[in-house]
Amino acid sequence: MVSLWELFTAFAAVGTMMFGGGYSMLPVLRREIVEKRAWSNDEELLDIFAVAQCTPGVIAVNTATYIGYKKRGISGAAAATVGVITPSIIIILIIASMLTNFAEIAAVQNALAGIRVAVCVLVLQAVVKLYSACRKSVVSLLIFAAGFVMVGVLGLSPVWPVLFAAGVGLGWGFFRRKGDERDA
Amino acid sequence: MPDAATLFTLCWEFFKAGLFAIGGGMATLPFLHDMAGRFPWFTEAELADMVAVAESTPGPIGVNMATFAGYRAGGIIGGVLATLALVLPSFIVIILVSKALAKFRDSRIVSDAFDGLRPCVTALILSAGYSVFRITVLTPEAFAASGSLADLVSLPAAALFVCILALSLLWKKAPPIALIAIGAAAGILLKL
Repeated sequence: MVSLWELFTAFAAVGTMMFGGGYSMLPVLRREIVEKRAWSNDEELLDIFAVAQCTPGVIAVNTATYIGYKKRGISGAAAATVGVITPSIIIILIIASMLTNFAEIAAVQNALAGIRVAVCVLVLQAVVKLYSACRKSVVSLLIFAAGFVMVGVLGLSPVWPVLFAAGVGLGWGFFRRKGDERDA
Repeated sequence: MPDAATLFTLCWEFFKAGLFAIGGGMATLPFLHDMAGRFPWFTEAELADMVAVAESTPGPIGVNMATFAGYRAGGIIGGVLATLALVLPSFIVIILVSKALAKFRDSRIVSDAFDGLRPCVTALILSAGYSVFRITVLTPEAFAASGSLADLVSLPAAALFVCILALSLLWKKAPPIALIAIGAAAGILLKL
C-alpha cells in the first residue's frame, strides 16, 4: 500500500520540476509516476489527460488528484494534490515577498529560454512514447494528424478535436466489430 | 492580518475561477482580468508581471497566479487560501469522474471513445510542445519582415535543440531534470 507521505513527496517532486505550465510538466510526471513508481501506465495517463481536458482545473493538479484517489481514496487525492501545488506556493510566496523583478533579470530570461528548448525535446520524447500506447491503426494516425493541425497549426480550442476524436472512436469501434462479425 | 470578509471574497472569486477555467492554466487568465477590474487586489499591469513570474517558475501557471494574486490581496494566508480555493472545484470534479470512470471504463462505449481520444490527446501534447518550440526556436516575425529563410530560425536556439535532442537519443535514461539543467546552463552561456 502506498503511504500518503509517498504520494505527497512524489507529486511534490513533479511540482518542483514543472516549467511553463500545461503539458510541459508531462515528461517529469511520466518519469515519476509511470517509469519510477509504476502507479499508472501510458494508456491510463492519456485517458486522464483526455478527462482533464474536458473538466475544470489545471492538468497537472487533476492528474495528481486522480492518481492519489486511485491509490488511497480521498485522503490520497488530498495528499497528492497538496503535494503538487506546495512547491509552487512556496516559490511564489518567496518571490512575491522579495518584491524583485525576478522575471526581468537577464540571466533568468536566458536560463528560461534554454529550459524551453530542453522542454521541447522532452515533450517530443514523451509524444513518441505515448503514441505507442495508442491502438495500432492508420485511424489513430489520422486522428493524431487532425488534432495537431487543428490545435498546433490552426490554434483552435482543444474542445473541438477532443469531441471529434471521441466521435471517431465510437464509429471506429462500431465498424471494427461489424467487420469482426462478418469475418467470423 | 487581512480581515475575514476579504479572505472570504478572495476564496470565492478563486473558487469560481477554478470551477470555470476548463482546459488548463491559461484559462484562468480571463477571470484574473475580471478580478483586476472589480477588486483592489492587483492592477492589470501587475497581472502582466504575474504572468511573467508564473511562466518563469516551476508549477502550473493557474496555480502560480492564484498564489501571487492571493498574496497581493491578503498576505501569506491569502496566497495559500486562494490557491486551495482554486483547486477545490477540480478536486471535487475529478473524484466524481474517477468514480464514474472506474465503473464505466470497461464498457464498450467508453473504451471505444478512449481509443479515439488517446491519439488526439497525444496530438494536443505535441501541439503544446510545438507552441513552445515556435516561440523559442522559430522567429516568424523576423522571417515575415525579411522574407529570407535564414531568419526563420534562431540559430543558437536551434543548435541547442539539436544538441539536446542528440543527447536524449544517445542517453536514453537521462532524467528530465538533467536535460532541463543543461538547457538552463546553455541558455545563460549562449545568452538566448
